[in-house]
Amino acid sequence: MKPVAFDYVAATTVEEAVNALREPGAKVLAGGQSLVPLMNFRLSRPSRLVDINGVASMAHIEVRERELILGALVRHQQLVEDPEIRRSLPVLSRAAQHIGHWAIRTRGTLGGSVAHADPAAELPALLVALGATIAVVGPEGTRELTAEAFFEGFYTTALAPSELVTQVKLPLPQGAVGFKEVVRRPGDFALAGAYVERLGSGGAVTWFGFGDRPRRFSVREWPSDPEDRRHVWVELVRNVPVEERDQYKYELAVAVAEESYRDAGGEE
Amino acid sequence: MADERSVVELTVNGRPYRVEVSPRWSLADVLRHRLGLTGTHVGCEQGVCGACTVWLDGEPVRSCLLFAVQAAGHEITTVEGITPAEGLSPLQEAFHRHHALQCGYCTPGMLLTAEALLRRNPAPDEATVREALTGNLCRCTGYQFIVDAVLSMRPSGGED
Ligand SMILES: Cc1cc2nc3c(=O)[nH]c(=O)nc-3n(C[C@H](O)[C@H](O)[C@H](O)COP(=O)(O)OP(=O)(O)OC[C@H]3O[C@@H](n4cnc5c(N)ncnc54)[C@H](O)[C@@H]3O)c2cc1C
Ligand code: FES
Ligand code: FES
Repeated sequence: MKPVAFDYVAATTVEEAVNALREPGAKVLAGGQSLVPLMNFRLSRPSRLVDINGVASMAHIEVRERELILGALVRHQQLVEDPEIRRSLPVLSRAAQHIGHWAIRTRGTLGGSVAHADPAAELPALLVALGATIAVVGPEGTRELTAEAFFEGFYTTALAPSELVTQVKLPLPQGAVGFKEVVRRPGDFALAGAYVERLGSGGAVTWFGFGDRPRRFSVREWPSDPEDRRHVWVELVRNVPVEERDQYKYELAVAVAEESYRDAGGEE
Repeated sequence: MADERSVVELTVNGRPYRVEVSPRWSLADVLRHRLGLTGTHVGCEQGVCGACTVWLDGEPVRSCLLFAVQAAGHEITTVEGITPAEGLSPLQEAFHRHHALQCGYCTPGMLLTAEALLRRNPAPDEATVREALTGNLCRCTGYQFIVDAVLSMRPSGGED
């Protein structure tokens, strides 16, 4: 099918974009890899699209000593390929490699993935896992939210309709972070996935792909025995409510958390 | 909402075009219906099948998920742009030799993805070829012959 008619505004600055978004029914167009399929099937009918692809100030990649600062327009394929990102936060490059396919990653953006808030998406979950902050600009000015506060539920965020995600700050983890996900076919959204951070004898696990949003749980001390660890996963994952038909995902979640734990430890 | 038209200027296969479009027209539809470049196919219109893959400034993208207005000032390459005026390109020859197509619906997208890969990495291993092609669906060949055709393009040719 084809989208309904809309009026098209190509913004070149954040101010222009925010102004154009004041119109009721207006929506941001970033990579278009989630929004345009919905429009093509008329599940989304914005009356105006504010194209932010020309906003040069939102495409930065800045590696600092303790954090990585990424503009909302950084493309998934840049996360995969950028040598600075690969060096400073390899788990980000590895996770981004699992987003859709090459021709999806060349267009899809970090800000779009964050604003879309698919509970099965790789990047929102990594933001929660690392305790990232998300910078948002709207008519009332700028605010910064923690990833934990930003993601509210299924495709639901703390973003107001005329607000723009401008950048994300990722603290570089002190421990090792593992990543694993289960998919039916390469490039699909994850049925279940986990990031596990190992720092000293403890750390945290962040699950995604089931439930309404990524969930992070701290663990004071990992048991060294795999069977004991299994009990930890089983206990924790029950805190993520899932629908009846997704009950099987608890099993996947336990398995994928253990794999991710081993991945963080550099074990097979 | 009035379906207003605007004129966009873009380059397709090295040739400049000025074309009147509505913002809601996809690049795929404009290539096919306005510019007569019917090599770009449209399968799913939701980014899944890869039949509509073109290059935007040299990078593979879905032309069903890009509005033609967004291509203003950019360089688009379609399968016509990687086909010589006479005969076939070496990759197209390889597809022919390896029976890498049957109905041909997926072929333009397959060629553009594979050609983009080979230009970046002239000697990819099989896993890399398969990873690059995961975004292009084929209902006919079972993929193996497509992978064989791409692998045969390596300077060492043939199998791993
Ligand atoms: C075949 C296919 C497979 C895919 N597989 C995966 C996958 O495995 N994992 C995964 O995570 N994703 C997957 N995706 C989605 C992809 O990651 C998208 O890039 C991403 O979800 C949205 O980013 P975008 O830049 O394309 O946003 P758009 O589609 O342009 O926008 C998405 C939403 O976010 C809003 N928005 C965008 N940018 C901003 C901003 N800066 N500020 C405020 N609002 C904004 C838009 O208004 C819209 O509501 C897939 C997509 C396709 C087509
Ligand atoms: S038609 Fe564009 S990906 Fe299927
Ligand atoms: S040859 Fe028919 S779809 Fe690939």
